[in-house]
Amino acid sequence: MEDNEIEDIEIDCLLEAISRCHGYEFRGYARASLKRRILNRMTQQGLTRISEMIPNILYDNESFDHFLTDMSISVTEMFRDPIVFKSIREAIIPKLKSYPRINVWHAGCATGEEPYSMAILLAEEGIISKARIYATDFNNKSLAKAEKGVYPIDGIQKFTRNYIKAGGKKSFADYYSAKYNSAKMKESLKNVITFANHNLMGDKVFAETHLVLCRNVLIYFKQSLQNQVLALIRDSLVNRGFLVLGDKETLQFSIVENDFEVFDKKMRIYRKKRNV
Amino acid sequence: MYEAIVIGVSAGGLAALTAIIPELPGNYQLSVLIVQHQVADASDFLSEYLNEKSSITVQEAIPGEKVLPGNVYIGPPNYHLLVEKNRRISLSVDSKVNYSIPSIDVLFESAADAYQKKLVGVILTGANSDGSQGLKKIKKAGGLTIVQDPVTAEMPEMPKAAINATTVDHILTLRKITQFLKSLSHE
Repeated sequence: MEDNEIEDIEIDCLLEAISRCHGYEFRGYARASLKRRILNRMTQQGLTRISEMIPNILYDNESFDHFLTDMSISVTEMFRDPIVFKSIREAIIPKLKSYPRINVWHAGCATGEEPYSMAILLAEEGIISKARIYATDFNNKSLAKAEKGVYPIDGIQKFTRNYIKAGGKKSFADYYSAKYNSAKMKESLKNVITFANHNLMGDKVFAETHLVLCRNVLIYFKQSLQNQVLALIRDSLVNRGFLVLGDKETLQFSIVENDFEVFDKKMRIYRKKRNV
Repeated sequence: MYEAIVIGVSAGGLAALTAIIPELPGNYQLSVLIVQHQVADASDFLSEYLNEKSSITVQEAIPGEKVLPGNVYIGPPNYHLLVEKNRRISLSVDSKVNYSIPSIDVLFESAADAYQKKLVGVILTGANSDGSQGLKKIKKAGGLTIVQDPVTAEMPEMPKAAINATTVDHILTLRKITQFLKSLSHE
């Protein structure tokens, strides 16, 4: 049997162990990048076989937390893809202003840069007082970082450039206080964000939302899991609510394709139809 | 016999790809996947440019899309490009590999898993060492390895790194690489 076929067996066993022991269904993930992450994790642990990871996963919760972190970390930054935030500011926010309450959901918020960006945007558009931002992830370590809202100072230059490109109206420095080598986001932003553990692979709808950002999450999933997550998002959104995907993601060919209209094709902004 | 070709190229890539891709016929029987290192905010210029010049269809890779024969897929800037065993495209925004996203190693390693012996790996001009580990994996999986002759490459480092990392089946000039790739379609 070829090495790569044996590795496949090992990954199947590992994912089965994770599913039955911890309830996370990584079998819905696209295999190629999942395998890369698993192999990286294996190397970091000083192991040479994927199957050697299984005892740790089964018996050592801390080790499993570590595994989860490595499986979920994606590169993120404040106002990532600034033109998307500019579109949200200019095209979506005016349509949300008439609601008495506005709920925004960041599905897969990782270390929190995106929800803080959203809080800044809502503040500048004058609707932060009636807004609530739900920032969810399945990874508690990421969530803890997000909740802290402290970021390395070397990232700030990039964040500031993004903020300006996204149509920022003030100075980005108004939103954090610098201390030593880190920047701490202002409490007024943090106060509107609810950080919570939510697992897109199995958990249910938890709030009625008006705007959902789920960017570069679906690219890691197989079609069936994509459909499951998109149905969850659809059910969470109010009629005429908005969905923003990552810049290579689309609803085309998904089971919710007909439940949404394309609001801005280039920015990957979709709007839920009225009577879905 | 071969089903797909993966090409990795960095500095000097536009000229090198322009020498190869437009020469492939419209009814070419293999799939071609390309990682060209690009600046982060590059547009999809490369695929549009090559498509205009070629009879084979060149497009930016879309996640979930089926990889078809006679099509060229180029990894978009800022995303790693991977291919799944079921011959579908995956993208990821994981950390940089070899300081690069997209990374040639990431494409080559996933393609080696997916296509095994039915894969041809090609390393062209570049000023770093990305792709050398991926080419090694292609060789190990029984695939065919081709590297542009460093003497004739605009930037020799990447071809040299690949040659040092593994057994390379053919070290060729761009013109010879083009002829060779064309010949694969008629076997």
